[in-house]
Amino acid sequence: MANKKLLIVDDEPNIVLALRILLEDEGYEISYCYDGATAIENIDSLKPDLVLLDVMMPGVDGFTVAKYIRNNVKFTHTNIIFLTAKGTKDDKMEGYNSGAEYYMVKPFDNDAVLDKVKELLG
Amino acid sequence: MGAGWVILVSLLYLVLLFLIALLGHRLAKAGKSIVNNPYVYALSLTVYCTVWTFYGSVGRATQTGLGFAAVYLGPALLAPVWYMVMRKIILISKQLRITSIADFISSRYGKSTFIGILTTVILIFGIIPYISIQLKAIGISFDLITPSDITDSFWDSSAFYRDKVNYFTILLALFTILFGTRSLDPNERHEGLIAAIAFESIIKLIAFLSAGIFVVYFVFDGMTDVFTKATSTEKTFKLLTLDTSETAKTSWFWVLILSAVSVMFLPRQFHVSVVENTNISYVRQASWLFPLYLFLICIFVLPIAIGGLLVLPESSDPDMFVLSLPMHFGQGWLAVLVYIGGFSAATSMVVVSVISLSIVVSNNLLMPVLLKTRTASLNGYTFLAQRLLSIRRVIIVVIMFLAFGFCKSVSSSFPLVSIGLISFAAILQLAPALIGGLFWSRANEKGAISGLMAGFFIWFICLPIPTLAEAGIINQSLITEGYFGINAFKPYALFGLENVDSISNACIWSMIFNIGLFVIVSLVTTQEVDELAQADMYVNIEKYSTLPDIEVLKKEASVQKLKQLLVRYLGASKARNHLQDFQGKLSSSQNDQASQEFIQYIEKILTGAFGAASAKLLLSADIRQENISLKQFNEIINQTKEILEYSHALEEKTEELTQTTNELAALNHRLKELDVMKAEFISTVTHELRTPITTIRSFSQILKHKENIDPKQKSEFLSIVLKECDRIARLINQVLEVEKLESVTLSDEGNSNFHNIATLALKRLQPIADEKNAALIYENKDQDINIPLSEDKLLQVLLNLLSNALKFCNPENGIVKLSIQYLDNINHPLICVYNNGQHIPDEFKNRIFEKFTQVKDGNLAKPDGSGLGLYITKKIIEQGGGKINFSSNATQGTMFTIEFG
Repeated sequence: MANKKLLIVDDEPNIVLALRILLEDEGYEISYCYDGATAIENIDSLKPDLVLLDVMMPGVDGFTVAKYIRNNVKFTHTNIIFLTAKGTKDDKMEGYNSGAEYYMVKPFDNDAVLDKVKELLG
Repeated sequence: MGAGWVILVSLLYLVLLFLIALLGHRLAKAGKSIVNNPYVYALSLTVYCTVWTFYGSVGRATQTGLGFAAVYLGPALLAPVWYMVMRKIILISKQLRITSIADFISSRYGKSTFIGILTTVILIFGIIPYISIQLKAIGISFDLITPSDITDSFWDSSAFYRDKVNYFTILLALFTILFGTRSLDPNERHEGLIAAIAFESIIKLIAFLSAGIFVVYFVFDGMTDVFTKATSTEKTFKLLTLDTSETAKTSWFWVLILSAVSVMFLPRQFHVSVVENTNISYVRQASWLFPLYLFLICIFVLPIAIGGLLVLPESSDPDMFVLSLPMHFGQGWLAVLVYIGGFSAATSMVVVSVISLSIVVSNNLLMPVLLKTRTASLNGYTFLAQRLLSIRRVIIVVIMFLAFGFCKSVSSSFPLVSIGLISFAAILQLAPALIGGLFWSRANEKGAISGLMAGFFIWFICLPIPTLAEAGIINQSLITEGYFGINAFKPYALFGLENVDSISNACIWSMIFNIGLFVIVSLVTTQEVDELAQADMYVNIEKYSTLPDIEVLKKEASVQKLKQLLVRYLGASKARNHLQDFQGKLSSSQNDQASQEFIQYIEKILTGAFGAASAKLLLSADIRQENISLKQFNEIINQTKEILEYSHALEEKTEELTQTTNELAALNHRLKELDVMKAEFISTVTHELRTPITTIRSFSQILKHKENIDPKQKSEFLSIVLKECDRIARLINQVLEVEKLESVTLSDEGNSNFHNIATLALKRLQPIADEKNAALIYENKDQDINIPLSEDKLLQVLLNLLSNALKFCNPENGIVKLSIQYLDNINHPLICVYNNGQHIPDEFKNRIFEKFTQVKDGNLAKPDGSGLGLYITKKIIEQGGGKINFSSNATQGTMFTIEFG
């Protein structure tokens, strides 16, 4: 379990911090960045098992990042969870269509995030 | 030239005219009218140019020089008025089947029999002398052209059988009967006659122009020569100058008015221009073609007058110069042409005048009198129409012989023009009642009667009676001493009016009394019910002619009786034709109760045949008119008007509705746009709110569940939570502010001293500047500058801009500078906020004043603003009437400028 690698992508530093504290305690190896472009740039080297992804970010948005990951065979094992303030039905549809495993609307429950991460990483 | 020969030519010419008339009539019946075009219409109007024009204008020119032209300038100058008045008269006459001027006036005043009779009397007195001068001119011209044949001259001939005028009178009477009383047309239209008149108009123009050209180019050596020679003797030189004395000016004025009125209202003019009009649109073309004809026929008047005075012996009659000049030079053929031209002018005038006068007399004088006096035996008038034609034939003969008598007794001693002007002055008396009736709905029967009688009386004592005195028929002392020997009653200087000629004197006084009484009596008396309907129709004819007939008075009659009436008055076959016409067009009445349309139709047919006043009398026995009060009548009229106004209003409403629909569509579009914007705004606000809540929730959960948390970390987390709470509060405040700003468009609240507020803002921000180690500079040279914003608003603006500047200024050695100055005066201040930080990226430059635009601070995560600050700032400044701008580049930093005034 200790080997599992997580990537957090969100333009809100405090949310990234909260997620880090939450997940580091469970012993995951955490990487993070604040925008979509940086995420795509570094994902090759990181090869995360799971990505926690915000949607509304400056420049490249979360949906684009998700599609990039899904369209790349190298990342078939990578799980994607959207954590976003966008909560409409259409947003969720788009989220799942872009290839995410799960879609959570902010504000989220820490335990729910943790449970889902655990479930996906098995 | 032999008399027999000239008589033969005259007869042949009449036969030719008759053939033309016959042809015109046949072609019209076959539907190939030669009359139905504007040129023939305009030519027929030139029946205005009688022998008075043809011979008389040269005579008048020898006395007054250019003065002769007034008679032709009047109609030409007033052609626009003529067009306007004629159009209206024609519309009304077609609508009401009016067939004469007397009918037109009496119909306006409630089909008044009395006005019809009065008008007829005025016309008889006015027109018969006028006809007589035509006879006189034919006689003189005939004498002139056949000098050697009969030794005794025209005026000396005592034996009736030797007097040629007798034969001409009989000939013209026959001719008129042939032309004018062939059948009783409900419209009194004589297309054949008009064809002949138009032909005669061409002949008289050609004849006159030929004489003129002969005089100017053969007797003289062109126009220049004529006028050069004219200056050589005194008697011709005075013709070239205008008499500018007061008398002459007044005379000019009245002759202009008289001729302009006569061209409209002389019975023959009314007949050709209104009754014989086939298409109302011709009036427009005629309004310039007719003056053109007058111009052409006037060109050579002065040269002929000059030529006659210079060349002919002193004893020559100036009225006959046109004819005597060619004769003097032995131009036999030209003389015959001129003679025929004058003959044309005379015959056309006589025929049309007598026909129109016979219609007037039979319909407005004889018929009403007969019907009134013999109502009891009315049923005896079978085939009234046939009788009417016989009556008219008799009238024609009577008129002709009255004219002949006048010619023999009075006309001999007067020049042609003066008699003509007396006639014109009689016609002038009809003008107030007629024109007033067309444009003034209050004009009423009593007013018209008073005006007509007064005007006619003054005319009568000022012109015809003294004329008789001058002719020696009554005592001549009348002229010099006045009526009853009273000075103020001198006919040519009534009430002591000196320095005007006899015509102006008569016109001035008759018009003062005529118009005065007409207006005053109309104002002080009320209209009868019958009159109201007619008045409304005359004044507002445009309205009526675009609608089906509006009958405001409800009438009742039996179909059977109306049919009998028609058969009795018009004969069985004509009645049958009319009834078939009616059934073809309109719905027939079901039972014996006649429909309003049917009653109107019968009324119109009878009006066409017998005149409005007579028709009313004929029908009075069989049509029961509902007795309604004036009040009810007014209601009906008003209802009709209301319906018209209502339909007009409906059209306007439809227009308005279309416009409103378009406006609504535009508004709807705009609303949809706003809706989308609102939805975006809400979704953005939601997002912006969820973000800090997420942080707060997460950290709270961590703090709650994490047991062995060290105090330092705990306080760090708690301060994050607090900060996020502040962020939410700020965001909510700003959203509320945006809402408020957007709901108001302009607020002119307040005015604040810049210096005070700036100092306050700087004091508040100093700690942040210190923390960042940035220099906060303030430059202000004038502490009295005021800004048109409330203190709160100005503070908010400055805090927003300065805190932004501090946020983005150079992190190493930051400089933020606030300055104020004014451009051209103190009411035109300019505020600048500068920072030396990174410039605003190009992709943001267009959007920084939009809602929720946040400029990223380098590669760091999102700044903690809401993205509403600059939007709110811009809104506040714009509502205070100012403008905000910025400039930003990499080397110099960023500068925001605010301008007021």
